[in-house]
Amino acid sequence: MDLRWSAEDEAFRVELRSWLQTALPKLAPPPPREDWKGRRDRDTAWQRMLFDGGYAGINWPRQYGGRGASLSEQLVFYEEITNAGAPNVGVNFVGLLHAGPTLIAEATPEQQARHLPKILRGDEVWCQGFSEPVAGSDLAALRTRAARDGDDYVISGQKIWTSYAQVADYCELLVRTDPDAPKHRGITWLVLPMDTPGVEVRPLRTVLGSSEFSELFLDGVRVPVANRVGPENDGWRVAMVTFNFERGTSLVPEMVEARRLLDDLVAVARRVAPHDDGTWREIGHAAAELDALWNLVKRTVSEAARTGMPGVGGSVVKLYYSELRQRIGDLSLRVLDRAALSLDDVYEGSGKFGEERLRTMALTIAAGSSQIQRNIIGERILGLPKG
Amino acid sequence: MDFTLNADQEALQEAVRKLCEGRFPMERVRSLADQGGVDRGLWKELADAGVFSLRLREADGGAGLGMAEAVLVFEELGRALVPGPLVWTHLAAGLVPGAADGERVVGGIDREVEPLVVEYLDAIDVVLAVDDDGLWEVDKARPSARAVRPIDPLTPVHVASGLLRGERRAMPAAAGRWRLEGAVLTAALLLGIAGAVTERSVAYAKERQQFDRPIGSFQAIKHLLADMFVLTEVARSAVYAAGVNLDDPSLGAQARAVSGAKLLAGEAAVTNAKSAVQVHGGMGYTWEVDVHLYLKRAWVLDTAFGPVAYHADAMGALLRG
Repeated sequence: MDLRWSAEDEAFRVELRSWLQTALPKLAPPPPREDWKGRRDRDTAWQRMLFDGGYAGINWPRQYGGRGASLSEQLVFYEEITNAGAPNVGVNFVGLLHAGPTLIAEATPEQQARHLPKILRGDEVWCQGFSEPVAGSDLAALRTRAARDGDDYVISGQKIWTSYAQVADYCELLVRTDPDAPKHRGITWLVLPMDTPGVEVRPLRTVLGSSEFSELFLDGVRVPVANRVGPENDGWRVAMVTFNFERGTSLVPEMVEARRLLDDLVAVARRVAPHDDGTWREIGHAAAELDALWNLVKRTVSEAARTGMPGVGGSVVKLYYSELRQRIGDLSLRVLDRAALSLDDVYEGSGKFGEERLRTMALTIAAGSSQIQRNIIGERILGLPKG
Repeated sequence: MDFTLNADQEALQEAVRKLCEGRFPMERVRSLADQGGVDRGLWKELADAGVFSLRLREADGGAGLGMAEAVLVFEELGRALVPGPLVWTHLAAGLVPGAADGERVVGGIDREVEPLVVEYLDAIDVVLAVDDDGLWEVDKARPSARAVRPIDPLTPVHVASGLLRGERRAMPAAAGRWRLEGAVLTAALLLGIAGAVTERSVAYAKERQQFDRPIGSFQAIKHLLADMFVLTEVARSAVYAAGVNLDDPSLGAQARAVSGAKLLAGEAAVTNAKSAVQVHGGMGYTWEVDVHLYLKRAWVLDTAFGPVAYHADAMGALLRG
């Protein structure tokens, strides 16, 4: 057990820090939340800067244009960019962390050549068309139908919770190609260009009042068979490749952010509750949990580096992190007391906590709810029988 | 950075687990209740295996290992529910003659924590007391103490009306270090308990049938077990990290790492042991099934070297500044 960063990791940290110092000031300030064009422009501009700096696709293999960083370097990377206040992946989320890795694992060289360089350069934005109104936790129950017609699939159906759909160029789409097969065996993974006729995007309003998510209506949409990734009816397996990435290191930036959030809460508590021992006991407890979680990430990442697979340990991290962040959010609202009634600053720094608490309500639901994570842990790690 | 066990650490863990399985099966552990919690022969075997001396230098008869390794050893002792003043005797190795080789059983108490409830008084040769001024060897014949019924049958206790200061064994700085190491080793015992009750409960839930299926197939049970596993793994990360931190001051805040480990291991052990009773249903409420012994030990160990709230306060104080 060795918790010291290696000389290579430290050298990487120094080099990255100095790059961030020159690169970050060149980036435009964030646009208003609902300015989607502005957000796309800024996030993709940042992606281009990362690309030019040699940091794009930090976890992607070098042969696909990525940095091919070791897992410990990835931790350093996320720590440094988050602490420097650099944007997280933003609208590049699906491309960099979902679709891209899936293409790397499953796509043909032609498909890879068409998309991967553009994702890395910030020239292509992707969204995810997986969930449906009838297929949430039970994703394999999805019904969006794709029927073969010559060299095309003709697709009709509805998707939901599609992040960044209004600014995306492509969608990683799961469709049902064999309605008669068992539900996991009739699904296919397609690349859908978002400008295809018959695609309609209708933004949804979240509890935050924002519109990250959309509904996606597909009506007779024609997608070339050449856009299929992996064999027909093998899309469930292809999609699961993505999920392994989703539960690996992709939560690390959020976790670094959570540590900063706790620091901010400490600053507020020093001002409004300096002598409230109960509050400080709770803050101390949360800090212990965050420290432990960070060490759990290091253990998970170390084990992944050893075995070469992200593994199911990511479910433990995902479950604990999302619930802990909500508990910290609850605590911060208690500390703010009446100041929590406003999403704007009642005093300096108070406004962000309400928005944070609302936003993080999604954490225990998205990307496999906490209940699904408990099923995964129970069945795949502990070997308990399915219900 | 490689936060996995190296080959030597895996071998050590495996060896102690084998020793515990061979020498401390649950029937024998239970029988130790009749001997004040300590059997001299078994204690010597623990000593011979290096449980007490492993951090002493090789020149002093030790193995020259660190807290990272000690934590792995104590996790196994906790898992097997080995009773006795393991932490105090381990800490006393190199300080109290006879502790390292198992000739003398060393127990102790934090004198700042009232009431003064002393564990294993009848079984120990030496009583140490730690306080803010240092570490002291108390005259064992002197404390006026009365035996009271213990909550954990394997941890006999006396209530002492007062402890004379005794002979100084260490200065305040060393006493501070003693408390840090004691907290981490106790956390490791608690971690062992948290993991053991999880494994036992999972095994029981796969076996026990109700409504024509194993109860582990019900989400109400499955999710409880998943939570037990998660609490254990989070605590494990904290405890191992605290061990590594104490070996390497350059990693930073040792007190923070230790408090985090002790509080999370204490919570994991108590919460999981309670859940284990629940998963075992009516059987969990019987003397015959072992899970109550883990719960009782978890309660005892949570109080040693500071309970959950104490360490949460300590963490809070570090942040409040």
